[in-house]
This record gives sequence, structure tokens and C-alpha cells, in this order.
Amino acid sequence: MSKIHVTTKINGDTQEYLCDPEETLLDVLRDRLGLTGSKEGCGTGDCGACSVTLDGRLVCSCLVLGAEADGAEIETIEGMAHGEQLHPLQRHFIDHAALQCGICTPGILVAAKSLLEKNPDPTEEEARYWLAGNLCRCTGYDKIIRAVLAAAADMREAR
Amino acid sequence: MNYQAPLSLDAAVDILAGASGECRVLAGGTDLLVRMHSDMVDPETVLDIKRIDGMRSITEEDGGWRIGAAVSGAQMGEYEALSAAWPGVVEAAGLIGSTQIQGRATMAGNLCNASPAADSVPAMVAAGAQARIVGPEGVRDVAVEDVPVSPGKTSLKPGELVASIYLPARPARTGDAYLRFIPRTEMDIAVVGCGICLTLDESGTCTAARVALGAVAPTVILVPEAAEAIIGTKLDDAAMQALAAAASAAAKPIDDKRGTAEYRVHMAGVLARRAAAIAKSRAEGAK
Repeated sequence: MSKIHVTTKINGDTQEYLCDPEETLLDVLRDRLGLTGSKEGCGTGDCGACSVTLDGRLVCSCLVLGAEADGAEIETIEGMAHGEQLHPLQRHFIDHAALQCGICTPGILVAAKSLLEKNPDPTEEEARYWLAGNLCRCTGYDKIIRAVLAAAADMREAR
Repeated sequence: MNYQAPLSLDAAVDILAGASGECRVLAGGTDLLVRMHSDMVDPETVLDIKRIDGMRSITEEDGGWRIGAAVSGAQMGEYEALSAAWPGVVEAAGLIGSTQIQGRATMAGNLCNASPAADSVPAMVAAGAQARIVGPEGVRDVAVEDVPVSPGKTSLKPGELVASIYLPARPARTGDAYLRFIPRTEMDIAVVGCGICLTLDESGTCTAARVALGAVAPTVILVPEAAEAIIGTKLDDAAMQALAAAASAAAKPIDDKRGTAEYRVHMAGVLARRAAAIAKSRAEGAK
């Protein structure tokens, strides 16, 4: 079977790749483009470790085919920091020790960024519901939620 | 496997009808890709309908809304006029999965999976929604309740696909609601679901109603006896009890890991009563 040629924009840069029809966007990001920040936890859309945005919409990249991304704009965890300059969410995750093993962290950061773009002042409940599709088996979520709310407050102040 | 993303419905139908092996329609992919990963399906062709005009848009039509087959739950929730007219349907679709799943999952996909526990389906049935089916023989509009025929099976013929869902104009003093029971706060599959749409006259008497139940039969079911229990009443306690009894009587569930048949029968009545109360308050003008 011949490969599919896809042109897409990832973290602002135009990217072209060839992929197999059954390959997921997550496979493409990790195995073809070397963007290994997005993780495969479950491969079935339950854990959120592969979260990216696709045309501004938060999705599980394990449930998107690489071929579907033709013409789309994708943002991944690799686009979050600007060089050495961490995103406020990333800083607060470090300050609040909001991670342990770190496997879920890229997906949670991408999901949290997407939340704050839509709702800069979420309540704790809104943040918990928004992030319910991101599973963490280490932290018990409390520090994650505190970090997200602290980052949100910082970002509102910086406006 | 072969991936096709046609630009027109005609081309999509040609591919679907002409496929020699299994051809699966891809809209949001939140079920199809999971099934492909777990080797439950191994299609020869995946037909992505998202590049076809209209598949990703919500358009007003004759006072109602035509919702393209690839419109996500998140997109529906952001469409204020639709959310205001059919809050029960929008909330039901919004209950499916996480934020990430909401970014992709569609009502047409939820319908075509033909799961008896599909959350958006009882709400669509209660609202009187129609599925527009396109195939080699042309276009037909079918009541949503006539699409699923058994778990995982639909009445679609070979070469046909659901192109859109139509939600009619909401009559005056009409409200809808969907409730489901799950043992946690979210991200779970309905143990029982109930969608209700009802219309009141100026004196507050119910003049029309539709009641649908999920997860208590091989398909989502429309329960006319439950509607009859409240039509002509002011939804007083006695009418609500009659509604609950009729909903429980119509429930023919199985025991499974999510709940016992006995519990589901009881909950069908409880949810019908609660959903009717919400639909009533919406018909009276509550947000």
C-alpha cells in the first residue's frame, strides 16, 4: 500500500510527512517527526497522555489518523515553551511539584493550556472537569489542579 | 488499509457502495479508531467524511437545525441558539467522554454505533430528530428511533451513510431534558438513560410528550405509554408516578456488570420523573 502525503502545520512550522493509512497522528508525531513529548498511555482515548490541539480543538492524537491532519494546524507540548522561557503552566507545575513520573504531564499541560485559552479564570470544579480526561496515577491530582489555578492567576495578572 | 477522504457525498456513496471489502465511515473516530486498535474491526477502507461540504457545520433550516454528521459535541455546545432550543440534546451529547473526546465525537457516530446506552440517542428520539441518510438510491429522512435495530446494528442499507441529523423547530412552551445514571460523576457509560421532550399549553397542561429510554433494551426505545401518562395532565405527583410506572414497565433490561435488571427497571422510572421535571421547568421558560 502506498503512503499518504500530508502537509500540516505543527507548532507554527509547516511540516510534510508520508504516513501509512492506519498510522495515528500520535505515531506520526513520535516515530516520524521525533516529537516524543506526546505519550501513548492507553491508545484508546481514555488517558489523555497524547493530548494535542488540532485546529484549536483539544483531542487525543491516538484517536486521529495521521492522514486526517492534512491541511490542519497542530500544537503539541514541544510548542509550549519559547526556547528556555517556560510557559507559566510549566513553571507552576515545577513550583508545585505537580508531577512525579511525568508520563501524563505533557498531555495535562496541553489540556490545561487549552482550558485557559477558553476560560482564563476557571473555578477548581471547572478545571477538574476539563482535565478529567487526563489520568495521572502518581499525584492524586491536587497539586496539578493547584498548579493550573496558580498559573491561571499569574496569566491573568500578566495581561 | 486504504484511506479515502472524498469531497462530495456522491463520491463518498460511490466509495462506500463500490467497496469490495469492509468500508467504515470515519467522522470523529472516537469509536472506530479504538475498535481498529483493538482488532475488533479491520476495514479495507476508511472513508473520512470530514472534507465533504456541510459535514462539519450546523445550519438553521425551517426554524430547526441541521447538524452535519461530523459536528463534534464541543462544537454543538458552543452553538448558543442550538443549546437554547434543545438543551437536553446538547447536554446529552456533551456527556460523552472527556474534553478530548468531545473535540471529536459526533451524534451521528453515536447513533450509528447503535449502542443501547448511547447518551445522545434518547435525547434525539425525544426531540423528534431525523437522520438524513444518503445512499446509492438517493436521500431519505428517517426518524432517529428507526436507525438502530439491535446492539451494533442499524437499518442502514449497504452503501448508505448518515449525512446529518435534523432537530426540528422547538414548538412554543416546549422543553427537553436528558438524564442518565452512572456510578461516578462523569466519563462513564449509562446504566440507564432517559430523554424527555414535552409541550405545555398556556394553562400548564401537557399537550404533547415524547419519552425515550436508553440501556434498558437492545436499542434505545421510544415509550408512548410513558408519554400518554403525562399528556393531558399538569404533571402533578400522580401523573409523575404514572410516568415512572410506565417507564419502568417498558424497561426490559439485562443484568450486566453495570447494573442489575431490577435496578435498571426502577431507575428508568426515577430518571423519567426527574427528566420530566427538568423538561417542564424548561417549557415554563427556565434556562
